[in-house]
Amino acid sequence: MVNLGVKIHNLDLKNPVMTASGTCGFGEEIADFIDLSLLGGIVVKGTTLKHREGNAYPRMAETPSGMLNAVGLQNKGVDNFIANIYPRIKDIDTQIVVNVNGSTIEDYVALTERLNELEKIPAIELNISCPNVKEGGMAFGISCPSAEAVVKAVRAVYSKTLIVKLSPNVTNIADIARAVESQGADSVSLINTLLGMAVNAETRKPVLSTITGGLSGPAIKPIALRMVWQVFNAVKIPVIGMGGIMNATDAIEFMIAGASAVQVGTAIFIDPTIPVKIVDELSTYMERHKIQSVNELIGSLQC
Amino acid sequence: MKKTVIDLLLLENKQLNKDNFLLKLQSPVPVSEIFPGQFVNVEIKNAQEIFLRRPFSVLDVDYKNQTISLLVKILGRGSKKLTESQVGNKISTILPLGKSFTLPNKEDKVLLIGGGSGVAPMLFLAKICGLPTENVHILIGARSSSDHVDIEEYKPYGNFYFTTEDGSLGEKGYVTNHSVFTTNLNQFTKVYTCGPDQMMKAIGRIAIKSDLFCEVSLENMMACGFGVCLCCVEDTKAGHKCVCTDGPVFNVNELKW
Repeated sequence: MVNLGVKIHNLDLKNPVMTASGTCGFGEEIADFIDLSLLGGIVVKGTTLKHREGNAYPRMAETPSGMLNAVGLQNKGVDNFIANIYPRIKDIDTQIVVNVNGSTIEDYVALTERLNELEKIPAIELNISCPNVKEGGMAFGISCPSAEAVVKAVRAVYSKTLIVKLSPNVTNIADIARAVESQGADSVSLINTLLGMAVNAETRKPVLSTITGGLSGPAIKPIALRMVWQVFNAVKIPVIGMGGIMNATDAIEFMIAGASAVQVGTAIFIDPTIPVKIVDELSTYMERHKIQSVNELIGSLQC
Repeated sequence: MKKTVIDLLLLENKQLNKDNFLLKLQSPVPVSEIFPGQFVNVEIKNAQEIFLRRPFSVLDVDYKNQTISLLVKILGRGSKKLTESQVGNKISTILPLGKSFTLPNKEDKVLLIGGGSGVAPMLFLAKICGLPTENVHILIGARSSSDHVDIEEYKPYGNFYFTTEDGSLGEKGYVTNHSVFTTNLNQFTKVYTCGPDQMMKAIGRIAIKSDLFCEVSLENMMACGFGVCLCCVEDTKAGHKCVCTDGPVFNVNELKW
């Protein structure tokens, strides 16, 4: 029997496989396909203080080995989450993490304060990297001073595990990781989507209503792996890796590069059973390599 | 009905005309109940540039033989690649997805209007709605007679009318120019349609004006098909709704048409 448990600060995950925000709703949407309790964790859809309608259709473009999205944080707001969704999902036997978004530092703080009250939400993922909103979002995550400011303010009101989700749309992601670590982040997750664009050659129009959008899927995996490795070498806090993970081998590669846990995102759109398959195949890999604890894999890259 | 990811066996791949193919797929386990308007999200294998599944509405289900039939019209790379599948291939699907058309009541007289691959759920609805033939009227529009698919098998389920833009079959023009539409539309208690957006909008607007029950099946581009990506939204009177889970069937009164 191999040991799959990992720790992200105070957050114990039964295995290192989580589902990424915005790719599994609130978990319920994929409950027909998998037993949610087999997951290490679920990061629920990006939540904001107030209801957001998101961006206009079209919001998606298929690209080689991936896709662009420009959803723009469509969600019904934190009050709806607490009143209607939280009661339904709080007893799922896995770690439920809420992805937190805002346009201003005050928004982030107010939202975090609400979530801090929820007993069964042991962690938040502070999203300072959404490329699809006009205000806030990625703007906080692309400079060290603004990233520090928002993390500092949220840290002051949040007592549980604080994960900060980083943007790859920066010159040096390790600098941003160090900046958020310095303000008390317990973990960093990366990468959010890469800013991209699609054009229709026939009409000469952009495919997305917002012109640009976030690229995800296997197309971004090498970039994500490189960034996870860079950040792992720059900070002491645990790193959660994501970006194009489609199978157990991909997940293992991220862990070897330095990830303590991984998130599966876009792959769920293709096959919502993939996260659980990864858990199974991770065990098989460990048995084959005579690895007793999955922690032995973390940052085990041999250069 | 519980959604599943399942490999189906391609039993039959029949070319109906230039762009339309009939794919019959067999399930290794009993097929869950599927209603007209619901769809299947199909993985397109061995196609380098195709990453996402492609949604297809269901044409027919044979519960006894555990088969599902899809009408696949070549619209792009994904549908083209799918029609190149060989009998005996395993095809990964997610099903059943979406909400179906509201089944008519015993006393209803219905008009079903299909265009392009939108013919599939209309034929399926005609077949299973349980109404006497005289109360089921099916109008099918296409560019030309060569674009029409053979509906012989469905003749027992309703009265068929055709339009073509070139006049080569049935009445010339669009479906909304057909006499069944321009005269005595009010004989119908429910109108259902699936097809190109412009066609459904034209029908929907007339239905709204005539205060007629009308359901349409939207085809917005989607990534997942089960309500997690939030990409296929339609801007309805009640805000953004996912076509894959809140639809694809909507009452025209919900839409901003």
